[in-house]
Amino acid sequence: MLRTWRQRITITDIFIWLIGLAIAALVIWGTIATLQQGKYPGSVWLDLTIKGLALGGVYALIAMGYTMVYGILKMINFAHSEVFMSGPFTAVFVAIGLSKSGFLNKQPVISLALILLVSAGVSTLIAILLERICYRPLRNAPRLVPLITAIGASFFLQYVFRGFYGSGTYGYPDIKALDHSWTVGGIQIYATQVVVIIGAIVMMLILFGIVQWTKIGKAMRAVSEDKEASELMGINVDRIIVFTFGLGGASAGAAGILYTLLYPVVTFYMGFFPGIKAFTAAVLGGIGNVPGAFLGSLILGLLESVGPNLFLTGLGIPSPSQLKDAIAFIVLVLILIFRPTGILGERISKDKA
Amino acid sequence: MKNKSSYWAKTLQNGLIGGGISLLLSVVGLVLAFGKTYIISGVLTMAQVFVLAPFLFEATQSIRQLPSKEPIKTLLVGGLTGLLGGAVLALFILINNFINIRSVLINVSPDLVNLLTFHLPLVAGLLALLGISLVVGLVAAGVFMLPDRIRGALSQAVMVVVLVGLFRDLIVTVILHWGWVQYAFLWIFAQSGLTIISALLLFALVGGLGYWSAGRNRKAIAANRTPRQQKVVRWGTLGVLGLIALLLPAILGSYFSEILDNVGIYILMGLGLNIVVGFAGLLDLGYVAFYAIGAYTLGMLTTSEAVGLLHLSFWVALPVALVVAVAAGVILGLPILRLRGDYLAIVTLGFGEIIRIVVLSDWLKPLLGGSEGIQRIGKPAIGGLVLANQQQLYYLILVCILIAGFIAIRLKDSHLGRSWMALREDEDVAEAMGINKVTTKLLAFAMGALFSGLGGVLFATKVGSIYPQSFSFIVSINILSLIIVGGMGSIPGVFVGGLALVGLPLLLSQFADFRYLIYGAVLVIMMLRKPEGLAPEARRRLELHEDDAGPGLQEELQTVTKNPGR
Repeated sequence: MLRTWRQRITITDIFIWLIGLAIAALVIWGTIATLQQGKYPGSVWLDLTIKGLALGGVYALIAMGYTMVYGILKMINFAHSEVFMSGPFTAVFVAIGLSKSGFLNKQPVISLALILLVSAGVSTLIAILLERICYRPLRNAPRLVPLITAIGASFFLQYVFRGFYGSGTYGYPDIKALDHSWTVGGIQIYATQVVVIIGAIVMMLILFGIVQWTKIGKAMRAVSEDKEASELMGINVDRIIVFTFGLGGASAGAAGILYTLLYPVVTFYMGFFPGIKAFTAAVLGGIGNVPGAFLGSLILGLLESVGPNLFLTGLGIPSPSQLKDAIAFIVLVLILIFRPTGILGERISKDKA
Repeated sequence: MKNKSSYWAKTLQNGLIGGGISLLLSVVGLVLAFGKTYIISGVLTMAQVFVLAPFLFEATQSIRQLPSKEPIKTLLVGGLTGLLGGAVLALFILINNFINIRSVLINVSPDLVNLLTFHLPLVAGLLALLGISLVVGLVAAGVFMLPDRIRGALSQAVMVVVLVGLFRDLIVTVILHWGWVQYAFLWIFAQSGLTIISALLLFALVGGLGYWSAGRNRKAIAANRTPRQQKVVRWGTLGVLGLIALLLPAILGSYFSEILDNVGIYILMGLGLNIVVGFAGLLDLGYVAFYAIGAYTLGMLTTSEAVGLLHLSFWVALPVALVVAVAAGVILGLPILRLRGDYLAIVTLGFGEIIRIVVLSDWLKPLLGGSEGIQRIGKPAIGGLVLANQQQLYYLILVCILIAGFIAIRLKDSHLGRSWMALREDEDVAEAMGINKVTTKLLAFAMGALFSGLGGVLFATKVGSIYPQSFSFIVSINILSLIIVGGMGSIPGVFVGGLALVGLPLLLSQFADFRYLIYGAVLVIMMLRKPEGLAPEARRRLELHEDDAGPGLQEELQTVTKNPGR
């Protein structure tokens, strides 16, 4: 307290700020250089923006699972990426079946709803089982113990599903009704992108509504505020935790189907990257904070799709889109170093220590 | 205290869980993979062990929670649990008979059904399955009613018979190197697994030994030794272990030496990660990054290909690679050390992935070879002798492990080691006691990076060519699993974990597909049941079992604090 700011700055701070400044300089320089080159016309940037928004919507739904669980249990559910994978990897068999019988193209809306339901159902089931078997016995364990359990569970689930359905890939069948695209002002907008963005927004609103306006949502917020006090108020904490996992699972499963509209191939390891990116998004927005997760996801989706071309082309890096995953990780590292509370999250900063 | 209905409900639950576990093992393909692996020739396959072991385990669980141990009730509960487990499997097979489950779950093949129904026609097979499950449950109950000493000996004997049967091929391959000695042992084994007679003999032998040794109070014998005798015993054990370690490649031949080399590299890295995670409590999930940095630095400096920079010799490149790895550790460590435990884990994970993605990209391809990797990496040479084959490299790895092990042991009880543990237990208190958080944590990170970099160097020179695929996240998980299985913070634990987790899957090819499934399950089960590991550090064990720490453990802790060198 009595020290001046000059004394409080350590060599670590200087080092961190130097790294930060260097990265900021690189990004700005790269952006200016790219724009000066004028390699890409404006429509490319708009295309990438729409792609990024669609991707961000998917990340937002996955991020909900991380952020809600974190809000209540203060733990990173590392296995959430496998909860996300389990839904679409299972529902692909429903989709293939529906496609073979011709029902998919006759009744695309009902079929899609059915696939979504199966996917969300499986993911919910996995999430609840995960909580029951892996996390509940460890609620009062030291912090690293549930995290290591979650990592183990993540690998276990990946390879269990590999055992179930094999190590190959499965493709979601095309839906003819979504085979449209419109050209608006020089940019092409695909029907799938529109469905994904609208679907993500609708589902986010539903989730937000559940958390904000229902009785069980109120109980969730109470538990995340103070577990003991809410137990004294007659809230069944176990039930709320199960509900939270279930809700996160359902939203991850639904996100999985939206994701397959963008990338229709499913495998057992498909969860890793979307999962870690959604986690990044949740941290970016402020973990434990529902609107924050949405905001963070949109930003991350945009950074991932626009970023490689915008920042890296100007630096003379060939095929920059290979580095899009690295950009997401760099965002993760930077946000955790510079602002671990995220953009909107102030609330949990007190238990940072 | 418990009412009557609760243990029946528990029995029902245990039975269903047992069935569920068996079903899971069958559906993921583990059972089928061991369908032809006999433990006892013509009698028992490993597949059957996998199917029936969960029933046995769950039946024991059911019996454990019985309020009173009346024989009839014990038998009833045990049998019922087994039967229920069998019923789950039988139901699944029955459903499979009407719906083609295989179109979704690829492992539910006719072979699996045949295996589960003991190659009998459907109805007879299902009845046999139910009958055998019932018998397994009853056996569990019967064993439970025996005195402790016999029960312990029995389970030891069963374990040894299963292990020897399972590793039959390996043991035979090794024995065949031994000249005339082989005939003394070969008769034990059948074409696959053990012969019935030798299985019975082995069972009797191990059971008898187990029964005898259970009667001896080992602690009392150890305590009665004079300090001088203790010293002799300790150095004697070490000497024998050292001699075995020196002779292993000659005993085992070149195929097993390569496996040993892999295990050795993992143990080396485990020793490093043990410092970071076990001593200092920093969960580093990007440990593979330093491994990659060590391997790639060595590759770039020593390769005879065009991408190489300087074409240096191994011994010149080695220190450079280590310095680069440590520098990377410090550079990564500086900014992230103020992060809380779980965030630190995720950031290090991100760092590891960034390294892999960058190495894989076209951007640095002229330097690092992109997805084609770096070939023709230099081999170490001592005088005129090039350490080219696996047996020779083994000794290099062994020397590295010895150095690393020595450093780790010395560090553990040094001022630095105690500072690490203090930080692990409580950062704020440790800082208040005058420990410099940044330097201390940074040193842990640098030590970890050093060993990991060394592991990478050895890996690169061993395989001679490196690709980005070899440096994925899964390597970090591999090493993390092995120190968790052994026991976080425990140095012998690293060896136990390395042999069990890296050695076994390499030795048993049937396990190869299920390696990471088992790692995942092992991580979860260890955390739930035995978070202190198989070869735990005494202090950690006490910490994690504070409630049930009996007087024995307290005593042990006191001896540990008294003789820190142990």
